[in-house]
Amino acid sequence: MPAGREGRWGRWFVIGPPLLYLVVLFAIPTLIMVLASFRTPGEFGGLAPLVDESGKLDLNLDSYIRFFTESVYAAVFLKSIIYALVTTLLCLLIAYPLAALIAQSPKKYRDLLLLLVILPFWSNFLIRIYAWMILLGPQAALARGVNGLLALVGLGPVPLLFSSFAVLICLVYVHLPFMVLPLYANLEKHDRALLDAAQDLGAGTWQRFWRITFPLSLPGVYAGAALVFIPALGIFAIPDILGGPEDTLIGNLIKQQFLETRDWPFGSVLSIVLTLSALALAGLAAWVGRRNLGTPSSREEARA
Amino acid sequence: MALLEIRNVTRRFGDFTAVDGVSVAIEAGEFFTLLGPSGCGKTTLLRMVAGFDLPDGGGIFLDGTDLTDRPPEARPVRTVFQSYALFPHMTVEGNVAFPLEMAKTPSREIPAKIAAALEDVRLTGFGKRYPHELSGGQKQRVAIARALVTHPTVLLLDEPLAALDAKLREEMQIELINLQKEVGITFVYVTHDQTEALALSHRIAVMNKGKVEQVDEPSRIYGFPRSRFVADFIGHCNLFSGPVIANEGGVVTVDVKGLGPVRVAATSAIAPGRSATVALRPEKIRIEAVAPDGTPDNHYRGTVAELLYMGDVTVYRVHTAGGQRIEALLANSAAGRAKFFEVGDAVETSWPVAAGHFVEE
Repeated sequence: MPAGREGRWGRWFVIGPPLLYLVVLFAIPTLIMVLASFRTPGEFGGLAPLVDESGKLDLNLDSYIRFFTESVYAAVFLKSIIYALVTTLLCLLIAYPLAALIAQSPKKYRDLLLLLVILPFWSNFLIRIYAWMILLGPQAALARGVNGLLALVGLGPVPLLFSSFAVLICLVYVHLPFMVLPLYANLEKHDRALLDAAQDLGAGTWQRFWRITFPLSLPGVYAGAALVFIPALGIFAIPDILGGPEDTLIGNLIKQQFLETRDWPFGSVLSIVLTLSALALAGLAAWVGRRNLGTPSSREEARA
Repeated sequence: MALLEIRNVTRRFGDFTAVDGVSVAIEAGEFFTLLGPSGCGKTTLLRMVAGFDLPDGGGIFLDGTDLTDRPPEARPVRTVFQSYALFPHMTVEGNVAFPLEMAKTPSREIPAKIAAALEDVRLTGFGKRYPHELSGGQKQRVAIARALVTHPTVLLLDEPLAALDAKLREEMQIELINLQKEVGITFVYVTHDQTEALALSHRIAVMNKGKVEQVDEPSRIYGFPRSRFVADFIGHCNLFSGPVIANEGGVVTVDVKGLGPVRVAATSAIAPGRSATVALRPEKIRIEAVAPDGTPDNHYRGTVAELLYMGDVTVYRVHTAGGQRIEALLANSAAGRAKFFEVGDAVETSWPVAAGHFVEE
């Protein structure tokens, strides 16, 4: 049937380019990485030949064994997850009131306020991180003010820069818009009548928030959390520039393996574990989210 | 003393006065309706009773207590919203339990109360469903059950049937009447639909431009509209205006342009020379092919200019030689065929003095 064939070609025309993009730039590189994780590092970096001199295929689990037996890597991993979780939580706490405020403001101001939220994207990511270096530096007003206050209560000066504090503050700053936007998109659609009804039925301000607004905003919370958590988990530039020696995260470790140590197989293992854990956590969040919305358990949990 | 008293309440939005010095006293157990066209202030008045809006002047009293400044959550008044406003993330049970939980009802008492409320609205067995799994009529019932479960003193209903189709609306009307009788709670109902108001209410307040035009029982509102607005808004009505030319022996004669002298039973002293308006319901007019027997009080010839066949009845618009329009309504059942007359037929219209009455301009 010509019509059917035409339809099929039309469909390929639409989904073809993005599919090609994903295969060439995502699927194939991922497969190369998976393969590399089973190979031996080359003598001067890179990879040893896939087939060695004796004609044997050189595939092994050495890099995986190293990751799972040396506890230092698990510790860095755990630290990365904690940093990403804290970042997500802080972003949520700051973004929620902000998104609610924008959603409740008069329509004519909303676009302007949203523009202000995404305005930082207009300048380069690295420049914004270096800006924090200046803001948090020992000669900046912030550090002087904080240390002045600490001196009043008899505590010694603390460095703000090159610390976990600097890393976290910048992580939150960089990822905040990714939390604000999905939350705003959700809160903006809320039906005002539901809050009127809740109030009419006896609910005070907090009860209206916890029983109505918050549960209904959970899809936005999950979307924002995923958009913040996943990139925050793999970040390396921020701890590189603003962190101290204690602030090495999994992203830094991966960068080291590829660029400094030149141990590609081990770098691949770290990348694969990072990808899988991000996927697992996102899947878990999606599962919890679906359970919360649209099953009777949501009421029990909301009440608890 | 009335249960709910609205005393001289005024609400302005900028230059616009939405509610203009309204006073209404609603008795306990009454089914009271605020009726009027959109923009007449009925919904604003209801929102002030619920507490969502504050009056600029006057007060709202429940059982003698001033409610005016109390927030909605602290009023023993519940609202059924036009959009139902069911919580989409909660089941039917969750929705109905919500006001009980807010009132800190002991949790072991909640299931029995939910069951009773759902039984009242004939939704037993629907407790585990979510709002999106219900039909419009079912959602409406859940909204009513949720509002009634805590036994409020007054239930406010804001055009609750507006979103339903005609057949379902009629069914829900009968259910609302029965439910109100059963629970004995005072209902304050807002609608722009006059047939709904007539069918449901014990009393109706007809509102126009922020003011109450008339408060009365449905039959009085329909039969004896006080003003031109009420007569025109409730059902169809012929309105004949002109100067009074005589007032003798209990009969007032008005000289209506294009019609001639119209005789009406005098209900109050109306001096000749004043202008007056007579209201006359279409179904009170006799319309015949031949001149009526005897000498009726009012009798005019005309031609059927337009007609509206509505199945059970037909509305005839008769034009007199003088250019006046008379609207008459006849039940088709007695005709022996589809209807009595066709467009262009010459007809004789007549009515007794008691059929019409005077309305204020």
